Amino acid sequence: MKTTPDSAAAQPMRLAPIVTPDAKFFWDAADRGELVGQRCGACQRFRFPPRPMCPHCHSLEREVVPLSGRGRVYSWIRPVHPQPFGFAEPPIVALIELAEGFRIVSNLVGIAFEDVRAELPVAVEFEATQGGHRVPVFRPVSAS
Amino acid sequence: MTRRLRQAAVAGIGATEFSKNSGRSELQLAAECSKAALDDAGLHPADVDGMITFTLDGSDEINLARCLGVKDLAYTTRIPGGGAAAAATLYQAMAVVEAGLCEVVLIWRAMNERSQYRFGQPHTQAAGFQAGNGTGSLFWCMPFGAQTPASWEALAAQRYMQRYGVTNEDFGRVSVVQRRHAATNPAAWFYRKPITLEEHQSSKWIVAPVLRLLDCCQESDGGVALVVTSLSRARDLKQPPVRIAGACQSIPYNVEVISNYYHADLATMPEAEGTARRLWAQTGLKPADMQCAMIYDAFTPQVFKQLEAFGFCGRGEAREFVKDGHIALGGRLPINTNGGLIGEAYIHGMNNIAEGVRQVRGTSVNPVPDVEHVLVSSGMAAAVLAKDR
Repeated sequence: MKTTPDSAAAQPMRLAPIVTPDAKFFWDAADRGELVGQRCGACQRFRFPPRPMCPHCHSLEREVVPLSGRGRVYSWIRPVHPQPFGFAEPPIVALIELAEGFRIVSNLVGIAFEDVRAELPVAVEFEATQGGHRVPVFRPVSAS
Repeated sequence: MTRRLRQAAVAGIGATEFSKNSGRSELQLAAECSKAALDDAGLHPADVDGMITFTLDGSDEINLARCLGVKDLAYTTRIPGGGAAAAATLYQAMAVVEAGLCEVVLIWRAMNERSQYRFGQPHTQAAGFQAGNGTGSLFWCMPFGAQTPASWEALAAQRYMQRYGVTNEDFGRVSVVQRRHAATNPAAWFYRKPITLEEHQSSKWIVAPVLRLLDCCQESDGGVALVVTSLSRARDLKQPPVRIAGACQSIPYNVEVISNYYHADLATMPEAEGTARRLWAQTGLKPADMQCAMIYDAFTPQVFKQLEAFGFCGRGEAREFVKDGHIALGGRLPINTNGGLIGEAYIHGMNNIAEGVRQVRGTSVNPVPDVEHVLVSSGMAAAVLAKDR
């Protein structure tokens, strides 16, 4: 395939997330550049992945709250083959243990694969996807 | 715990050839392997009154019953959980036979998983989503480039590698052993094609630093079927009965299929630990009572984690257990003596269960001496197959 260096359209672009009703709040917030979590409105405990009922107290009350955006690297890989859709180069896929105490799958950016270490402190930022959406990714920061 | 009204047994096994292009429909593969399993048992399709498969199987049970001429089905069900369903089909068949709800249960799994579609290619469409087979993979991984079973598996397995200092070369020893087993199995795709550890280490990365090409199961076309009936009836049939000494399932809180990232410690496999606890309690047996094991091996790290979860070695000790040769023929616990999903074929785990039956019967091409009990595990479910005494 012939690519034109100055044409953004020639570059593969990250696929948009598939949005389910129970997780819509999460992706809507990401579109605005916000990382949010779901907390039980009764017992105040976080849960992920999002769900309509609290597994601890069974309340249906739920709160969407801003998260710190800080976390640490729990595990990381680089899917090489087959080439993932939406990426020019194989991304670093990581599980991030968020400061609020639960994990999410995301990408590490701004670091070489060989330099990633367990417990590396990271902070959230957002990257564009197809269809004008955004998703959270994480960049190393100095420990706070 | 007394739970039995009567005991169940595997009376027949059947399979098509294993290939990369079957040249016929999945329904035809299903019909062929089912008829072969019934012939093996010495039963007629009209004897079948129960049918079980995976939710992911592409053949309709009514269409298959129409092929076979099944006269009156008392029970059908489909098991979710991707490959975790493999041993759970035996569990369900055992339950309905022991409860007296069915006399003859046919289990089948048939797929053109190489020529018609490929599990190993990226999964990116909601259209393919089916509840019961994991949600995280598509809804929480896909936009980040983790789009294949290998990448989902590797993200958890990397934590296991960190914890215990395990390398990809350590995992490679599983493939080397299983390819050696496949090399002497004429039914295996990799018949007469053993590999060395050096060849494993020079195969391309699929997901760095966890899985190379030779850590991954095949993509295969083919079908496998089993026939389960009561032990007393099986004793009157063509083959020596293979007792189902016990079977069970375990899905602990916050565990899910493959994109399994939310339970407390990803260096462990709580579903296999739960299955093991339940299975050993149910049967009164222990790891040392198994002469061999057929372990779901979609990817080599799953073998490590299951060896530990079932208590064949301690946590973090699979590396040494494998390195010391215990999983090879002649070792303490030969595994996947057909070559497994890596060496023989990927029929979603069911071809490994058929090999477990052959080991109890003494008809495996790679026989383990004096087999009394065989563990068959698919991670979230397992069974012990036993000689009829």
